[in-house]
Amino acid sequence: MNFHAIRVIFLREMARFRRTIMESLISPVISTSLYFVVFGAAIGTRIAAVDGVSYGAFIVPGLIMLTVITQSVSNASFAIHFPKFIGSIYELLSAPVSYVEIVIGYVGAAAVKSVLIGLVILATAYLFVDLPIAHPVAMFALLAVTSFSFSLFGFIIGIWAKDFQQLQLIPLLVLTPLIFLGGSFYSVDMLPGVWRTIALFNPVVYLVSVFRWSFFDTADVPVAVSLLAIAAFTALCLTAVWWIFRTGWRIRQ
Amino acid sequence: MPSIVSVRDLTKTYASGFQALKSVNLEIAEGEILALLGPNGAGKTTLISTICGIVQPTSGQISVGGHDVVRDFRGARDLIGLVPQEITLEPFEKVFNAVSFSRGLFGKAPDAAYVERVLRQLSLWDKKDSIIQRLSGGMKRRVLIAKALAHGPRVLFLDEPSAGVDVELRKDMWAVVADLKVAGVTIILTTHYIEEAEAIADRVGVINKGEILLVEDKAALMQRMGQKRLHIDLAAPIAAVPEALAAYALDLGPEGRSVIFTYDTKGERTGIVTLLNDLRAAGLQMTDLATRQSSLEDIFVGLVRGQV
Ligand SMILES: Nc1ncnc2c1ncn2[C@@H]1O[C@H](COP(=O)(O)OP(=O)(O)OP(=O)(O)O)[C@@H](O)[C@H]1O
Ligand SMILES: [Mg+2]
Repeated sequence: MNFHAIRVIFLREMARFRRTIMESLISPVISTSLYFVVFGAAIGTRIAAVDGVSYGAFIVPGLIMLTVITQSVSNASFAIHFPKFIGSIYELLSAPVSYVEIVIGYVGAAAVKSVLIGLVILATAYLFVDLPIAHPVAMFALLAVTSFSFSLFGFIIGIWAKDFQQLQLIPLLVLTPLIFLGGSFYSVDMLPGVWRTIALFNPVVYLVSVFRWSFFDTADVPVAVSLLAIAAFTALCLTAVWWIFRTGWRIRQ
Repeated sequence: MPSIVSVRDLTKTYASGFQALKSVNLEIAEGEILALLGPNGAGKTTLISTICGIVQPTSGQISVGGHDVVRDFRGARDLIGLVPQEITLEPFEKVFNAVSFSRGLFGKAPDAAYVERVLRQLSLWDKKDSIIQRLSGGMKRRVLIAKALAHGPRVLFLDEPSAGVDVELRKDMWAVVADLKVAGVTIILTTHYIEEAEAIADRVGVINKGEILLVEDKAALMQRMGQKRLHIDLAAPIAAVPEALAAYALDLGPEGRSVIFTYDTKGERTGIVTLLNDLRAAGLQMTDLATRQSSLEDIFVGLVRGQV
């Protein structure tokens, strides 16, 4: 294992995070605050409590997931796409590093950023609502796992994309609908019959559900099922990364 | 001497179906400087990239320091430093950090003193805190070299190090290469400048259309293929070479003010003495004589033309 390589990749990515601290931290915080103002304060006062939780508090876990997922994908995909685009990836390819170290460095840094962003949003939420956390350890673990698996997913997109347009494509076409239909703003139980069944094919539903459970101790889908879904998604991404580096797909000519 | 880089029957066909390397064999001895000459598209970058792990070989074996570059890539790449042809640097990084990054990537512990030495060697020390984006092209090329040297490679690949570089930087670079050679580093460089190969290489390889046409000791190559040209300036211009001198296959110089005789330095008799006698007999008056060694460039152009 080349630990020095992991260290320098990780630190360089974190340095990029510091350089772009405005975009990285301030903008998610501002947009989340806007969600609170619109959904929590303006509309929320007219919506009855969901599962015994005030609507303003109810949307917090979903909002955190929403931001963490988008940030993970965009950070990780950019982090690996940029060197591919400008050609500086030659150095990674000619250095004595295996894909394990590359992935730990890049995905690890993207995931740490996402966890930080998630925690900052959580702190912001306390400015607006009173929020119990029923299972704090599970909450943190879920935040970390989600950040990791979606950073992994973003990493794959960054390698797959041939240009910056494609880099935006998946987040826009696939991720945004999945996230908005993922139960961030409502409980899946609120959906009418057939829509509820369809929603259960959306992996984000499981994430939001179990994450909400870590706050309020109630879930749309059984916790075990959610955990299984997350594990399956992570395993799928890991397999894809392993295959990409084994075949050199879109990395080595 | 044992070879430190060994390439056997290497072929490379790109995904487009284009065959860039056709059964390349190459042995590079430890500590030597090998210059690879070849026209655009000859396959120089492809060959280097395949040895360094950026391009996957289609078939054949490559080993560096006895390590197979595919199966034992860590062992092989530990030894290698690469300066790519294109300037491909993270634009927003500082020079010092970029070089330290390379060192870490190759599994070496941080060593500020070592990085400082590399930067000083390349006259980059006063730029250590500059953002790469703000450096001139020549400075960026120095940064690429510094990055390649950051982990103390045993084998250094320089892909067209003099492209877009002024005379001074080129001379600096040759000095760095000479220092590295003294330290025992093996250097492989590609270039379009024949003078560069003549100036610094121990051996010269010529590659064209994915095939290595020859690899030879530079001095031996120049001697083997070395022909000399004797320029004879005439007192009065002539319109054509006289019939009587046809056997010497003389070339007529500009405006008929000189004739040029090409001869082989290895020949038993060069034929110069008889030529001079015959010239006088033909009534031509000489004012001056000069001989010139044919350069690597002549050899190179001859080889590449001959293949077409
Ligand atoms: N990724 C690729 N896909 C398809 N063909 C390629 C690719 N890269 C290079 N080639 C082709 O392979 C051939 C050799 O290219 P290479 O870059 O190795 O040449 P070179 O000798 O380095 O040339 P130059 O002196 O211009 O740098 C060229 O015909 C080039 O078009
Ligand atoms: Mg080239």
